[in-house]
Amino acid sequence: MSDISVFVLASTVLAGAGIVLGTMLPALAMGRTITQALESLARQPEAEGAITRTLFVGLAMIESLAIYCLVIVLIVLFRNPLAQYLVK
Amino acid sequence: MEQGGLTWIAFEAGPLRVTGAVVMTWLVMALLTGASALVTRSLRSRPGLVQTFAEGVVLAIENAIRAVMPEHTGLVLPFVGTLWMFLAAANLASLVPLLSSPTADLSVTAALAVLVFFSVHWFGIRASGLRAYLRHYVSPSPLLLPFHVIGELTRTLALAVRLFGNMMSMDMAAVLVLSVAGLLVPLPILMLHIVEALVQAYIFGILALVYIGGGVLTQRQLIAARKAP
Repeated sequence: MSDISVFVLASTVLAGAGIVLGTMLPALAMGRTITQALESLARQPEAEGAITRTLFVGLAMIESLAIYCLVIVLIVLFRNPLAQYLVK
Repeated sequence: MEQGGLTWIAFEAGPLRVTGAVVMTWLVMALLTGASALVTRSLRSRPGLVQTFAEGVVLAIENAIRAVMPEHTGLVLPFVGTLWMFLAAANLASLVPLLSSPTADLSVTAALAVLVFFSVHWFGIRASGLRAYLRHYVSPSPLLLPFHVIGELTRTLALAVRLFGNMMSMDMAAVLVLSVAGLLVPLPILMLHIVEALVQAYIFGILALVYIGGGVLTQRQLIAARKAP
């Protein structure tokens, strides 16, 4: 296989694996977060406002990890800065 | 909706290239300013439908801010309220045909995040004075100063990348599904887009609010800081 096809194959496979891991692990973390929030809501319904606000902030923090993965994967697929060494 | 709907160059003024994202930002700004001017031009004590709606929006924003910062609600209400309304309008703009949301451009979200970064210090110094504000950077121990600084920078970066990534990926998903499948297939994705746009606007605003609230010392903390030698 030529260099460019190895490069394309590797970046495609790694992009797929990266987006799989990068969504799976934050999804697990988000699931734990929501579970805890629901449990504390069931125990203390009067603290709904504070719990919901903190839940949203925490979910945003976790979600930004998945977004980082997405951005990196898109860079690898479309704008890989290392590809210029292969394409003269 | 078009791919690359933000990177076309509208016009050039000398060395400055004005891209579509800037034009879209101006459009949203003009829309919001015009609507606000129209609504507030004839305020009455027995409000009509439009005035009731506007007052409801402002009251909802004020209540949300009061829940986080009960002591300085009036101080941050103009900034955070503007952020919320601008982001909601800007994120929803890509649902209108021929328009695209300016927040799908990293430069726009980075500009907003830099605004939040500076407003944290601005409101912090205004509310608690320069000395007390600077002292909270070395508050438990001066060893933590680099971590405070790193935290300030990375959360600004995260704020920009989060909004950009969400809006850009939603637009891209809709375009990809449209190119793979038929005309009406992307509709469920566009409906998800509405929810996502509003949630992201809320999250950006509430994070800005939480960051500003972390910089502004409460009255009790201020008294404790003044008593400390």
